[in-house]
Amino acid sequence: MTAPAAPPDRDQALQLLHGMLRIRRFEERCAELYGQTKIRGFLHLYIGEEAIAVGVMRALTPDDAVVATYREHGHALARGIPMTAVMAEMYGKASGCSRGRGGSMHLFDAGLHFYGGNAIVAGGLPLAIGLALADKLQNRPRVTACFFGEGAVAEGEFHESMNLAALWKLPVLFLCENNLYAMGTALERSEAQTEVQEKARAYGMPGIAIDGMDVTMVDSSAQQAVAEVRAGGGPQLLELRTYRFRAHSMFDAERYRDKAEVEAWKRKGPLVRFIDRGKREHWFDDGDIAQIERTVSEEIQAAVDFAETSEWEPVAELTRDVYTPWPTP
Amino acid sequence: MADAVNDATPRITYREALRRSLHAALSTDPRVFLMGEDVGRYGGAYAVSMGLLEEFGPERIRDTPLSESGFVGAAIGAALGGLRPIVEIMTVNFSLLALDQILNNAATIRHMSGGQFSVPVVIRMATGAGRQLAAQHSHSLENWYAHIPGLRVLAPATLEDARGMLTTALTCPDPVVIFEHVMLYNVESELAADAGAVEIERAAIRRPGRDVTLVTYGGSLPKTLDAAGQLAAEGIEAEVIDLRSLRPLDQPTIIESVSRTRRIVVVDEGWRSGSLAGEIIARVVEEAFYELDAAPARVCSEEVPIPYAKHLEDAALPQPDKIVQAVKKVMGHG
Repeated sequence: MTAPAAPPDRDQALQLLHGMLRIRRFEERCAELYGQTKIRGFLHLYIGEEAIAVGVMRALTPDDAVVATYREHGHALARGIPMTAVMAEMYGKASGCSRGRGGSMHLFDAGLHFYGGNAIVAGGLPLAIGLALADKLQNRPRVTACFFGEGAVAEGEFHESMNLAALWKLPVLFLCENNLYAMGTALERSEAQTEVQEKARAYGMPGIAIDGMDVTMVDSSAQQAVAEVRAGGGPQLLELRTYRFRAHSMFDAERYRDKAEVEAWKRKGPLVRFIDRGKREHWFDDGDIAQIERTVSEEIQAAVDFAETSEWEPVAELTRDVYTPWPTP
Repeated sequence: MADAVNDATPRITYREALRRSLHAALSTDPRVFLMGEDVGRYGGAYAVSMGLLEEFGPERIRDTPLSESGFVGAAIGAALGGLRPIVEIMTVNFSLLALDQILNNAATIRHMSGGQFSVPVVIRMATGAGRQLAAQHSHSLENWYAHIPGLRVLAPATLEDARGMLTTALTCPDPVVIFEHVMLYNVESELAADAGAVEIERAAIRRPGRDVTLVTYGGSLPKTLDAAGQLAAEGIEAEVIDLRSLRPLDQPTIIESVSRTRRIVVVDEGWRSGSLAGEIIARVVEEAFYELDAAPARVCSEEVPIPYAKHLEDAALPQPDKIVQAVKKVMGHG
């Protein structure tokens, strides 16, 4: 069981709201920019799932490590990668956080210990094991937060990683963002056991399911789990139940789910609910929301301007960073 | 174990040279650890890590479950986390279970992150046929790895390289894959007590010759040297080049040799179609076409899964007599 969420104070509530609105509006702008062909390739929007990235990142210290998925704009922004560098990466510019090599799916930041969006489903989990092993062997009090979708639990790498983490008692927090669809395949059509948190028990690991649409619940659950993992209690799994409001990518006609289902989930979306509750409980009012919207809008415009005016990487630099410069003995 | 390690017996095995290399790395760099299936209590499937657990303990000689993707990925993560992991994969066939991690993470993260992260992991694995282990333990897939930008691929064929390549690989900031041919582990030779790091980008001329260039690597080197000896008895002086590094390829050494001998035969235990031998010949044709006096030739494995029965296995692989025949044909004596 997880502790009931303590109600946030006004400052905390404004931070949570700002964090979620910042991701929502950023991605809405990205979708527009995709339509204008400013952004190309795959673009996987996190819209509907913002409470998870915002809630979890608050529980981490700057020294902790984050391993994310290809739907990681929210994680990158909530972790603190500047929006300018993220937007420039979407454009493929040299000033992007991956120097234009990664794009939407491969955002990295060494200083923030952000080990990338990984576009192989479950491919990041073994990396998280290794990062945590390195921390343990070097006696660093770090936690590695490893995000993945519920589609990843069908992969062998999920099970191998869960076993290794539990076997070696590593400081990993597994964060399963269960949005019910692996691209177009519903969970109940791909898993014999659809209770993802139950899978943790097979590895002797605590596993709990949380309403991933409630940012205060995500926040408090993540705080508790991170503290326990950091204290040496071994790995844990949080299943964060959520929903993706947009298509899987910009190429998805969404033939696999009903519009009514999407609309029903939107009514319990993380922003709608938090705004309703925040106003009801007088954490903030419409004026506060408008102020946050203005701040976010200005930040997004600055990020777009930065990306637009940034330089392209010269083609002469094409093969840089395939290998590290190294004076061979 | 220390006594055994410091024993300056002049003749030791390739296996012992590898073990000394591991021992030296573990002794000198606290960031180094060894991880893989049965590397600890069992002592390594090919007994390379025998005794290391007792000396360095289970944190640094880390037995893993049968989870190739999991523990190879964990080594990549540990490298990102500041350690210098050495992973042992029992055979190249099993490495396919970890190919996702090696290709999609180890080889790409530096480039994909715009140069922010390097992945200094060393992956050792056994390769090759000759022990009648049949079609799931005997293949030579080095070229699959040599195809991948971002990796360095090494094939130590001598005791000096078995002792030295790992040492150098551990100073390299990028992922290095080391292939140890199963028929080399018991090869004995002298090794200087102070043998250590070797450079890992140059090919080596193992036997000089003027008439034809034989290019090979790894487990095919002894066979190729055997063939060169037979050819010398018939008056054909073959130059034998040991590639040592399969990526990057030391193209200048090959081109320089072929420009002198004007003939080339490549010996490669990989299958002929899509082989490293094909890549080498393509480069020679691109760069030294007008230096050639004869069409290039290659001696590769036959296009079958490696069979169990001894006579069939032998027939599937490059052998000295096949190399001799190929050279004679290139010399116009066939």
